[in-house]
Amino acid sequence: MPIELYKEKWSDVINVVTIGTEDTKVNIGGQTTLPFLFQEGDIPNRPVVAMEIWDIVPADWPDSLVEAFKDCWKDPIAWAKICQDKYKADLICLKLQGAHPDTGNKTPDELAKIAKSISDNIKIPLIILGSGDDLKDNEVLPIVAEALKGKNCLFGDAVQENYKTLAASCLADGHSIIAESPIDINIAKQLNILITDMGFPANKIIINPTVGALGYGLEYTYSIMERARLAALMGDKMMAMPFICFVGQEAWRAKEAKATLVEFPQWGDEKERGPLWESMTATAFLQSGADILVMRHPKAVNKVRKIIDELMKH
Amino acid sequence: MFIVGELINGMYKEVGKAISGKNKKVIQDLAKRQFQAGACALDLNCGPASKDPVSDMIWLIESVQEVCSAILCLDSTKPNVIEEGLKIAKSKTMINSTQADKEKMDILIPMAKKYNSLLIAITMDKRGVPQNKDQRIELAANIISACEEHKFFTENLFLDPVVLPVNVAQNQGVEILQAIREFELLCCPKPKTIVGLSNVSQGTKNRSLINRTFLVMAVANGLEGAILDPLDKELMDALISSELILNKHIYCDSFLDAYRKK
Repeated sequence: MPIELYKEKWSDVINVVTIGTEDTKVNIGGQTTLPFLFQEGDIPNRPVVAMEIWDIVPADWPDSLVEAFKDCWKDPIAWAKICQDKYKADLICLKLQGAHPDTGNKTPDELAKIAKSISDNIKIPLIILGSGDDLKDNEVLPIVAEALKGKNCLFGDAVQENYKTLAASCLADGHSIIAESPIDINIAKQLNILITDMGFPANKIIINPTVGALGYGLEYTYSIMERARLAALMGDKMMAMPFICFVGQEAWRAKEAKATLVEFPQWGDEKERGPLWESMTATAFLQSGADILVMRHPKAVNKVRKIIDELMKH
Repeated sequence: MFIVGELINGMYKEVGKAISGKNKKVIQDLAKRQFQAGACALDLNCGPASKDPVSDMIWLIESVQEVCSAILCLDSTKPNVIEEGLKIAKSKTMINSTQADKEKMDILIPMAKKYNSLLIAITMDKRGVPQNKDQRIELAANIISACEEHKFFTENLFLDPVVLPVNVAQNQGVEILQAIREFELLCCPKPKTIVGLSNVSQGTKNRSLINRTFLVMAVANGLEGAILDPLDKELMDALISSELILNKHIYCDSFLDAYRKK
């Protein structure tokens, strides 16, 4: 006699967030079940991969990444187009590292111009990130948001101590926002409440739960994402936002990803090992509910896209 | 927590007047306020003074479903009043209530099944109010077997252990709390439990405090539904906090607001 599997029934749904304009849009979220459990609910939108580019040439990226992008990364538009055309990124994630006082200290207008010209030259939606310097980002991001008005981009990151400026300008210019919490489900929920209290629509918020790479605390984020997703499916509206996971930046900080063959001959060629580390980290987060994976290496992106294709078959 | 707002009851002077004068606005305002305050369902009771309870019930249902999508909890001792209401209700419904007597259950359980309605069953029969936990459990078992006989899913059943005023039957509090805990062992999937909360403080001088203290204790014993006044903010705050302690919601600093954003 065939065994009939017990199927869980959930009462609620993850918000659908649309990024981009009518011509470029990407929808994420909308699930009524846990990742890839097609028997128990709907998964209307597949997880997507955003490729990370910078407005300046990154100074400390390991050789494998230098190799992949050195011919294009002096020109962020060219970099974005290669990610779009050659590596088939679903979105471009532009980090405005050049805004930082220590790495260029570019003016808001300069950065707005760069962001605008990238947006005008690609056919996929944009994610825009600040430099990590709160003061400077609060000057830069509102100007960039205004320049991209109507493009329905995704801006980040809002944090509990600094969310009002970014939320206000995203609200004014019609963008979505990334709400970042430091691997802390209580703060994730609180920040969503604070942002929605400003009149920000809940279906324009994405949770950045802050991830760790494989071997560097991945499992902490994994369980937080699972718990948040379970709560959301059981009706907690302040947890019902899709997730964005910054996999690339974390995976490429891991020694196991960037150490060279000469340093650790027994670990094998870093040109294979690095992308593998990034794709394995990404794959784990697909299983805990990631909706947007922000990644760096083309090989890793390619591998993860194939894995998503497989997982979405049902 | 499955909250049934208790305020649309003809027993209350204002509501009774609104029903007899067909003043829709009063009823609709109460419906909207209770729904916004967190009620999943709204109790509708024409009150003892109603001269034509069938048409009053229909009027209440129509008035309420015009303005909110809450589950309609049709509260009457007369099965025909309930059935006429079920016929015209567009929203999901709940029957309040049947007692554990066979002749009553044989009418109301098939009715709940026919109209795909939730059902409150009170663990009380013609012998009167149960005096202890064991009598409540015996009656609950009778109710569950009647549901099984009529092929009515127990997921749709809410057992009410009969809450009595603390100033009249002080020894019943513990019995009721234990009964709530033990009802869930009676069948699988477990039946839900519900109480008419305000009863516990009937005739006392500090009703709100007694209501919320009892509610928290009942929730800790596994209570899943309550007929109460959702506009009593302190009561709702205590309820939300008790569910938080029981790990039913994820904590955040603004947990009261978070619950209300649901």
